[in-house]
Amino acid sequence: MNEVNNMLEIKDLKVNIEDKEILKGINLTVNAGEVHAIMGPNGSGKSTLASALAGRDYFNITHGKVSYQGKDLLELTPEDRAREGIFLGFQYPVEIPGVSMVNFLRTAINQKRKYQGLDPMPAGDFLKLMREKKKVVEINSDLTNRSVNEGFSGGEKKKNEIFQMALLEPKLAILDETDSGLDIDALRIVANGVNNLRSPETATIIITHYQRLLDYIVPDFVHVLYKGRIVKSGDKTLAKELEEHGYDWIKQEVEYGNA
Amino acid sequence: MEDQEKILSEVTDSDYKYGFQTDIETETIPKGLNEDVVRLISSKKEEPEWLLESRLKAFRHWQSMKMPKWAHLTIPDINYQDIIFYAAPKQGAKYESMDEVDPELIDTFNKLGIPLEEQKQLAGVAVDAVMDSVSVKTTFQDTLADKGIIFCSFSEAVKNHPDLVKKYMGSVVPYTDNYFAALNSAVFSDGSFCHIPKGVRCPMELSTYFRINASNTGQFERTLIVAEDDSYVSYLEGCTAPMRDENQLHAAIVEIVAMENAEVKYSTVQNWYPGNKEGVGGIFNFVTKRGICKGDNSKISWTQVETGSAVTWKYPSCILRGNNSVGEFYSVAVTNNYQQADTGTKMMHIGKNTRSTIISKGISAGKSQNSYRGLVKVLKGAENARNFSQCDSLLLGDKCGAHTFPYLEVDNKSAIVEHEATTSKIGEDQIFYCNQRGIDTENAISLIVNGYAKEVLNKLPMEFAVEAQKLLALTLEGSVG
Repeated sequence: MNEVNNMLEIKDLKVNIEDKEILKGINLTVNAGEVHAIMGPNGSGKSTLASALAGRDYFNITHGKVSYQGKDLLELTPEDRAREGIFLGFQYPVEIPGVSMVNFLRTAINQKRKYQGLDPMPAGDFLKLMREKKKVVEINSDLTNRSVNEGFSGGEKKKNEIFQMALLEPKLAILDETDSGLDIDALRIVANGVNNLRSPETATIIITHYQRLLDYIVPDFVHVLYKGRIVKSGDKTLAKELEEHGYDWIKQEVEYGNA
Repeated sequence: MEDQEKILSEVTDSDYKYGFQTDIETETIPKGLNEDVVRLISSKKEEPEWLLESRLKAFRHWQSMKMPKWAHLTIPDINYQDIIFYAAPKQGAKYESMDEVDPELIDTFNKLGIPLEEQKQLAGVAVDAVMDSVSVKTTFQDTLADKGIIFCSFSEAVKNHPDLVKKYMGSVVPYTDNYFAALNSAVFSDGSFCHIPKGVRCPMELSTYFRINASNTGQFERTLIVAEDDSYVSYLEGCTAPMRDENQLHAAIVEIVAMENAEVKYSTVQNWYPGNKEGVGGIFNFVTKRGICKGDNSKISWTQVETGSAVTWKYPSCILRGNNSVGEFYSVAVTNNYQQADTGTKMMHIGKNTRSTIISKGISAGKSQNSYRGLVKVLKGAENARNFSQCDSLLLGDKCGAHTFPYLEVDNKSAIVEHEATTSKIGEDQIFYCNQRGIDTENAISLIVNGYAKEVLNKLPMEFAVEAQKLLALTLEGSVG
């Protein structure tokens, strides 16, 4: 393993919600420049993995290690993980009434800059950056003038996640079912946003139930998560296979393999 | 969830930022309250006979009254014989320039972030700084005098404008109004007086910073604002009290009179010492604030940000007597630890086509209790009266309480009265969403709370809005629900 490229290394990660073990030993290595897709049937633990990596506190990590750019990720607070460049695109983005998108994102950027020892971004520069990134995700100006996610449609919320991602320029983006509930135009926009972020220095983990997003964002690796374990990994052809045959053959493989 | 507990306890650990005491020699009178004390206060202030008579009448009436118990508040018995009812900074002289002002006092204002020096130069704010019970410094009087505006301490007004004081004092809040109004009318020490003549728009925000400073001293402020026909004034009141162990009593009266086409905006940021995290100490704040829209087309607007005091009992109200007159009440009340607030408004619709708006935002954290209590009353003759009320409560944590007591009395069929209420909690999901964008929990709460209170904060004059936002953040430092 090339140390320089190593972005995220998950070793035997076990996660409980209350007393129930959801993740039963995840191993995954993501290098800079790579796009990984994590697929799997409902309830397999995909969103738990995303939330645990972002630091959601009601997930109880019982075992394992996660290193991110050489740091012990599990030691970092959620906000420090974000400031270190981890971005989670939420499956269900929450509404924050009364807090304007501008105020929200300026606070986010300036807290990150403070963490990095930089001065706050001048207001003019920030607004210019907003304008630039709005174009990338073809987001309506009207949306960014409103309160965070308040009254947004499902598709607008997802586009807003990608907009925030574009603005915050993360090193590692984790997109939790960002494609669910999107029409074909929104899907294309989301994909554009992700592809724009793609670079040799960044990595993306796409969590999805369906293959269709992967027509737009071509992954380097595809993993199948089932019952809290990664049971199969492959290249983009694995996604096609899943699309054609569903998850049943994987389930069978796992059950018989275990028997 | 463990985190919440931790953070919640951090809030409770946060110190009261304004807890310091200025060592200025004060002249006090012995503890206790009786007719002699009332006479002594009056004579110390060299008051005319009519005012002494008025005080004595109020005092005798007060003696016949009992403290009201209807508020959703738990208040220990107050021993009025254990309170000093008058304290004045000893150096009673007036100053021509800042050089003559006690450096300690200037320092006090600096700590409050309201240096007089700066305020004189900046922002065009005239400050009548009331330290304990006597006005120490009044600025900008000349500028105001050019416009014929009177803005001075209440005592000065009694000396220099006795006719105006006699005419309007007690006309909106009579001494018989309630227990604390009677008490104030008997022992009030000082306060502010403001008179805007006909047709004059006051060119600057008038501002008074009150501050309770001497130990164990009741503070009994009295403010009277009279806006003649076609005039306008915006008045700012800010309060910050230093830390103290014993409960302190504060019973103020504010009266506003708005004549035809006049508009008065009254804004308050109240940050009296709330007591410590165990609920020991803190100010008992019993305030009677009321304005009358006497003339047609007049308007009175109350905006308050209440973050302090152990107990707040306060209902800034409007009597809408003139036809087409407008009353507004915008309030943010924050309680934390063991603070208790019972606050709201009364809108009395008397004239035709009168309109009122009530926006109340309560925020409760810690083990505090926060109540909205409001009365909208439409009298028989108030054709086409309109009221809109919105009362929102935000809870942080699960040990605090939010209560709403709206009263509606409508005696005119053409009236339209609307009431909306919501209760919400700051969700973990919201906090985590902010965290995930790199915003720490403190800042997340500040963002969310300020967003929640925005409708009210937007009503504050600029210089106050910033301070109010900081105060909200400070009061709720670290708290999550």
